[in-house]
Amino acid sequence: MRLDGRQLLSNLFVLACGLSILVALVPLVMILFFVIREGAQALNLAFFTQMPKPVGEAGGGMLNAFVGTLMLTGLAALMAVPIGILAGIYVSEYKGTTLATAVRFAADTLNGVPSIVIGIFVYGIAVLPFRQFSALAGGIALGIMMIPIIARTTEELLLLVPSAMREGALALGATRARAVFSVIVPSVLPGIMTAVLLALARVAGETAPLLFTAFNNRFFSTDPGQPIASVTVQVFTYAISPYADWHRQAWAGALVLVAFVFVCSLAARVVTARVQRRRGGVA
Amino acid sequence: MTARPTVSLPDRAPEPAATAPATGVTPKIDVQALSFYYGAKRALDGIALRIQPHIVTAFIGPSGCGKSTFLRTLNRMNDVIPDIRVEGKVLLDGEDIYGTGVNVVQLRRRVGMVFQKSNPFPKSIFENVAYGLRINRLTRSRSELAGRVEESLRQAALWDEVKDRLQESALALSGGQQQRLCIARALAVKPDVLLMDEPASALDPIATQRIEELIYDLKRAYTIVIVTHNMQQAARVSDQTAFFWLGRLIEYDRTDRIFTAPAEKLTEDYVTGRFG
Amino acid sequence: MHGDRWFRLGIGAVGVLLVALVAAIGVELVRESWLSIRAFGLGFWTSRDWDPVSGEFGALPFIWGTLYSSVLALLLATPVALGIAIFISELSPRWLREPLTFVTELLAAIPSIVYGLWGIFVLVPLVRQLEVHTPDWLRALPLFSGPPLGVGMLAAGLVLAVMIVPFTSAVAREVLKTVPAAQREGAYALGATRFEAIRAALFFARTGIIGAVMLGFGRALGETMAVTMVIGNNPQVSLSLFAPQYTMAAVIANEFTEATGDLYLHALIEIGLVLFIVTLIVNLASRLLIWSMNRPPARRRVRAAPAEAAA
Repeated sequence: MRLDGRQLLSNLFVLACGLSILVALVPLVMILFFVIREGAQALNLAFFTQMPKPVGEAGGGMLNAFVGTLMLTGLAALMAVPIGILAGIYVSEYKGTTLATAVRFAADTLNGVPSIVIGIFVYGIAVLPFRQFSALAGGIALGIMMIPIIARTTEELLLLVPSAMREGALALGATRARAVFSVIVPSVLPGIMTAVLLALARVAGETAPLLFTAFNNRFFSTDPGQPIASVTVQVFTYAISPYADWHRQAWAGALVLVAFVFVCSLAARVVTARVQRRRGGVA
Repeated sequence: MTARPTVSLPDRAPEPAATAPATGVTPKIDVQALSFYYGAKRALDGIALRIQPHIVTAFIGPSGCGKSTFLRTLNRMNDVIPDIRVEGKVLLDGEDIYGTGVNVVQLRRRVGMVFQKSNPFPKSIFENVAYGLRINRLTRSRSELAGRVEESLRQAALWDEVKDRLQESALALSGGQQQRLCIARALAVKPDVLLMDEPASALDPIATQRIEELIYDLKRAYTIVIVTHNMQQAARVSDQTAFFWLGRLIEYDRTDRIFTAPAEKLTEDYVTGRFG
Repeated sequence: MHGDRWFRLGIGAVGVLLVALVAAIGVELVRESWLSIRAFGLGFWTSRDWDPVSGEFGALPFIWGTLYSSVLALLLATPVALGIAIFISELSPRWLREPLTFVTELLAAIPSIVYGLWGIFVLVPLVRQLEVHTPDWLRALPLFSGPPLGVGMLAAGLVLAVMIVPFTSAVAREVLKTVPAAQREGAYALGATRFEAIRAALFFARTGIIGAVMLGFGRALGETMAVTMVIGNNPQVSLSLFAPQYTMAAVIANEFTEATGDLYLHALIEIGLVLFIVTLIVNLASRLLIWSMNRPPARRRVRAAPAEAAA
């Protein structure tokens, strides 16, 4: 009898854990459902190719916002990829030194800083001195957010590289720099690229750091020194507006964002799986 | 000894007569045609033997021969591994532990296990030994619990060393003490059978000797089955020895006979160190 | 080697840059909030008056709102997140593991603006319905008082909870992976049920699990967009779940570009500074907890009686 009570408790526990999966699925399904249903309505070619219409007029698109997001993420990647990879290389190559520990700590800290605080920081250093919102400032803000993701992944991947590979290169007379850049890093390049992809997907969806760096722009612009539109800020502006047409466009923008994130996640998984298969399952 | 054909590997399990020692006592564990599969791979092939109560039975054999896998089938520990299959029967006091409706939790109380590397919980010494008593609700009062804990620690020859520091963390003990703690923990629930998977392989010679002495003392009250790769240990400690090779039971007999006059050539090769 | 020295210096410089960046953020925040710090001192944190017109700035409502919403989210999300982590790592059949992990990753990757959008147009109406149908006797309690607007603390707590579930569960799963199998098997061998064996594993991992929960808390503290779209943006200190309130991140997002005058701006930035410091501390503490879990415990030699060797 006593044992049955324990078994019952155990079964209830298993049930509860399974239920929590369902509980988490509910909002996911809801969000996807609404985003797809509402967003698909406003999604047409014009959405991608046209500029926003003046307030009150129906129709129009988010061309400037799409171009803006592309530009912002491009600027961010330009800044973050080299810095992130090099920082990751340092931490793994000189693991154990004080600086390496400090860099690791800094990367972890940076990862946890709220994105709006990063926005304030970039405002202080890139907007205030020039009295101007700019795409460049937005790119810097997003870039700062990408650095820790790339650095951490690079470090972890490099640590998995067997020392035999490095020793092989050194034994052939390569300098440390040569060994790292010509043999070790290339061997983990797919993993780094995946990390970059995921980091890009993450910052493409950020809104808060852009609010007072890149700000927004009703017009088409590719000037890094000028404020620029972005899909996320545009969705935000439309969402809190009173116009139903703008609400629909906000859903459409959200649909594009979610689809982009979904594709990037899937692509990252496929690449990782393929790399593992080629390696025989072990990095 | 009857003349045997000169093949290096018997093509079937030994005769049933060899699996039942001449004492005529009802076996504690009766294994019948046991085969075990990890997925599609067969790890045990048609094992049949009978383990007698209140003696020490040793399983020996080269690494990968299946002795640990076989040990774990005796308390259904392999159930935690996914994608396994069991054929045949394992009778504990006449009942098949793989039968339908068998309560595995209760089985594991009756057939306890000590692992190769000691695995104390990150709790106090007292709480480690009390764990099995608590979850199985075996005691009714604090004093009864404390009494059982003391009894188990005495049985494991650890009481004198830890009686003044029962509340300290078990992880602060030395390797040999931790292993004796795990033995005490297993004994606390008063199992019928104690399975020991290479219990001293991670210990120094002096600690090993203490464990072996303990095993000798314990067999009066328990039935002990021990897996060991150390043949001298098997020879010292056990009454019956079973030799395994590539998932099959090659020979099972009294320990002194296995080591001085084995019937199978393969057994002889192994115990004389020609391979393994 | 000469070449190696340049290599180390060059890459090291990038590392130093990263460390300097983090320090610079702190420094810049202090610099840009100096006017406010000097003007209000510690009273900034106990005053409720947020009045840009008269130049009086008190940040208590925002701290209250941030803590309330984050704690609420934590209470709602933690059991679900731990349940998911346990299910995926201990209970799920092997073929289900990958898809489930992918699903939680997807939840984590959804941009917060999309959560906010869903929050405004789907969740808030639902919450309003819930509030409208709350029985009167419940309404009398301060926890449920106020008009049923839909926007408010409850909506914010719910959205935040959904957002931190995947994050906390991913970290918890990583923590559970490091529990040695021998701990669970030891429990099973003593006749433990599934639940009891998992409980033993959870006990082993307890500091790491707490660290995972704290990381989720840190994430909730800094969340901006989703919260600002559903919380009602009203700087009041209220116990009620139905009342529209305000968080630190939300007020910065909403009022930053409208801030007239340096004092106003500096007051907002001071809020950002505190947000920075608080999340720093929470994240630091949680990483310390998770890290400490993996260290081997201190092995003191237990003094045996002199006649016996250490055995």
